[in-house]
Amino acid sequence: MDKKDRLDRQSRIRNFSIIAHIDHGKSTLADRILEKTSALTHREMKEQMLDAMDLERERGITIKLNAVQLTYQAKDGQEYIFHLIDTPGHVDFTYEVSRSLAACEGALLIVDAAQGIEAQTLANVYLALENDLEILPVINKIDLPSAEPERVRKEVEDVIGLDASEAVLASAKSGIGIEEILEQIVEKVPPPQGDPEAPLKALIFDSLYDPYRGVVAYIRVTEGTVKVGQNIKMMATGKEFEVNELGVFTPKPVMKDELTVGDVGFLTASIKNVGDTRVGDTVTSAKGGATEPLPGYRRMNPMVYCGLYPVDSAKYNDLREALERLELNDSSLQYEPETSQALGFGFRCGFLGLLHMEIIQERIEREFAIDLITTAPSVIYHVYLTKGDHLVVDNPSNMPDPQLIDYVEEPYVKASIMTPNDYVGAVMEICQKKRGNFITMEYLDDIRVNVIYEIPLSEIVYDFFDQLKSSTKGYASLDYELIGYRQSKLVKMDILLNAEKIDALSVIVHRDFAHDRGKAVVEKLKELIPRHQFEIPIQAAIGTKFVARSNIKALRKNVLAKCYGGDISRKRKLLEKQKEGKKRMKTVGNVEVPQEAFMSVLRMDSDD
Amino acid sequence: MVNMAKAVYIHIPFCEQICHYCDFNKFLIEGQPVDDYLNAMENETKRLIKEHPFENITSIYIGGGTPTALNEKQLERMLHIVQQSFQPDLSKVEYTVEANPAVTDRGKLGILKKAGVNRLSIGVQAFQDDLLKALNRTHRSADVIKMIETAQQYGLEDLSIDLMFGLPGQTLEMFQDSVQKALHLNVPHISAYSLQIEKQTVFFNRQRSGKLPLPGEDLEADMFEYLIKSMKLNGYTQYEVSNFGREGYESKHNLVYWNNDEYYGIGAGAHGYLSQNRYQNVKPLPHYIRKIKNGELPLREQTHLTKDERMEEEVFLGLRKMEGVSKETFYRKFSIELEDVFSEQIRKLVQRELIISTSESIRLTERGTFLGNEVFQEFIGLD
Repeated sequence: MDKKDRLDRQSRIRNFSIIAHIDHGKSTLADRILEKTSALTHREMKEQMLDAMDLERERGITIKLNAVQLTYQAKDGQEYIFHLIDTPGHVDFTYEVSRSLAACEGALLIVDAAQGIEAQTLANVYLALENDLEILPVINKIDLPSAEPERVRKEVEDVIGLDASEAVLASAKSGIGIEEILEQIVEKVPPPQGDPEAPLKALIFDSLYDPYRGVVAYIRVTEGTVKVGQNIKMMATGKEFEVNELGVFTPKPVMKDELTVGDVGFLTASIKNVGDTRVGDTVTSAKGGATEPLPGYRRMNPMVYCGLYPVDSAKYNDLREALERLELNDSSLQYEPETSQALGFGFRCGFLGLLHMEIIQERIEREFAIDLITTAPSVIYHVYLTKGDHLVVDNPSNMPDPQLIDYVEEPYVKASIMTPNDYVGAVMEICQKKRGNFITMEYLDDIRVNVIYEIPLSEIVYDFFDQLKSSTKGYASLDYELIGYRQSKLVKMDILLNAEKIDALSVIVHRDFAHDRGKAVVEKLKELIPRHQFEIPIQAAIGTKFVARSNIKALRKNVLAKCYGGDISRKRKLLEKQKEGKKRMKTVGNVEVPQEAFMSVLRMDSDD
Repeated sequence: MVNMAKAVYIHIPFCEQICHYCDFNKFLIEGQPVDDYLNAMENETKRLIKEHPFENITSIYIGGGTPTALNEKQLERMLHIVQQSFQPDLSKVEYTVEANPAVTDRGKLGILKKAGVNRLSIGVQAFQDDLLKALNRTHRSADVIKMIETAQQYGLEDLSIDLMFGLPGQTLEMFQDSVQKALHLNVPHISAYSLQIEKQTVFFNRQRSGKLPLPGEDLEADMFEYLIKSMKLNGYTQYEVSNFGREGYESKHNLVYWNNDEYYGIGAGAHGYLSQNRYQNVKPLPHYIRKIKNGELPLREQTHLTKDERMEEEVFLGLRKMEGVSKETFYRKFSIELEDVFSEQIRKLVQRELIISTSESIRLTERGTFLGNEVFQEFIGLD
């Protein structure tokens, strides 16, 4: 292909992604677009094709980004090449979103015609605006009885400041407005700019590990051309590789000899480690490559840590292998071995956020069949010692003795909570309970309020989001960003079972909340730990001082004394079930503790 | 060693009313094809005996459902089938029928006696009429006293009373009262079962919607304690977790189960154990009747037990008996020492003071009796 052909083709490329709140219909719209651009026959199309992993489909969220190449026969008679780049829709994955947006020139902004704009959508719109994307508003679900497209159109204009006069009124579910969306993409999204003969610059916006081909990097070419057999260099890591394969997804992978300006596809180069193809890094040629990388590369640091331990300690090596396998696919997952007196050998793992943590945990249990104990999630504390030096603590049990500590700092976030004004009181109550400092409140329109708080991250990481949802009937939405470290009156609270300190149950709490928290934890454990042959005292202590205590009474009766009419198989099944239940518990000292107990230390029930 | 069935269980799945806790296979009797059912049962019995012949039957037990819900003619026919099929030596065979005090009148008692039935198991459950009503029982406590008197007039002396504890709304005092009244009736055998909430019962649904005030573990343990103490005081031996008898009146049929012996299970939904297979029959009447008409055995499921499973069952069933599991019998049955199979389990349980191990046997301690499941579950899962 000569330069003229390349430029001509380039002028017919449109790269876009879809920004939407969960449930606002992103996946359905993506499906409709795939249908209209005949990327798939109907029979081939599984529901929500873009979400590849089972877990994603079950949870209805996208974890891994995907990009598909589509061809669209526009009304002007030309054939256009579309690249639809999918983005994850959760606050844990903001950086990934920003990189996939960086691979586009435009974005469809999907807003639910009944619910309007949500905090997460807003955050992603700002990311898109930062990346200079052309934003095409789409008001979806207009066929719902509760739809108010005109109100939502006004909201888009008032809240985001976008011209929404040409916003498409659509229903992805019923196939309304799809043509118009496609035509607007052709018309309004600018074609990629760049010189196909310049030194290569390609953005890595995702990667995954394939056991046969090594790392598959998802790239967007911004300058130059990359060819099979070419030697390439990763600009952030400096690592060099030879390109084995290039291709695009349609969504089936289709091999190509080269990818050039505007192309969005994949690259393999016998890369063994996902860490070598970091999201946000720039690929260039090994010789005569670009001097400046594309902007915006950032190494992702975990925000939340927890301990992962196999229930069956014989599975420690299996767990290590599982983490190694998952890490190949997920460079933001960090882990290192740790030992707990109570739980034995395990790993301290770092995650981008709670959802990320839950997903990893579920994948280990499901894909690798390892029963896990997860300790309560912790953030990173900066501990300043009286001696003058300072420590970074990501595991509460490593918190030094109080007399050695000068002061402790914890990470704070700025939380934006968007809620209907009826629930402002409820939202503020939760924020207050979670040690939040009120900053401001903005009325977006007559009904919707954006409440801004500064809250310790440690309070957000547990059940903040669940509580927010349940006390606002699901209406509130949350976005947050880290704003730095602040000094707090924090102490370590230890839990003793049968007079034995259980390191895996230690938790960092604010001193003023310690008593209430201690009481709540002790009661929760009493509920979760089954009766044993002996009485078990449960105590919560700060240093040597006890702040709460309860007792699990001794088991008194556990015997089948039912009239079974000769049904021995049933009896056996019942005993097997009881025995199985025990196997899923961890023996700590001489107490059998169920898995969920280790997470319970952070759970705050409504009445505490 | 060839095991032959020692006992017969016959299931009569008909009731005049369904109790709120019952999850046995049962149907309201009204409008049911009872005669067809009895024909099918006769057929099944013939086939079973042909495929699994018996040598020496020690016990026949007719349970339900409510066997005495059959009318006199049906009852006679059923007893006739038993007589013809097994020709029991009535001087040696324990022949039990479950009797519901509400429907077992003089006429039916006469028929039972005449057919050679020598033991009645009476579903009393409690002596508080309000409680009986809450269980949806058809009888009231006065019916019990009347029925026992009549039975004794017919010379039916080997009577057993069933009681229940851990019932919703049942207090310790109520249970104590029931135990005392049962003792007062001076029958030679008493069983006391604790309520288990099972699926597909009224109680299960109530519990799920949070509307079942169960007494809880501690109160249930108090009841069980009281039961054991009172039985002992009054000369009843606890020979199994739930069963108490005067000397010589231990139920042979019960012991067949706990001794891990084989038995015929006949009738819709019945469980049996023959030629090392545990099986259950299909439950719906039309299926049961149709399968037999088609010349098939009416099996719902069957499992052939491996040697490991049989050894496990020998122990977890045998430990329910207060005499425990005989080491000699174990060796005779399996040609391996009990201790060689379960050494670690026995050691741990002895240490936890849940069982006692002597040269002859292993058996539950007093504490082990209350925590039987903790013991039994240790003996499953051999691999």
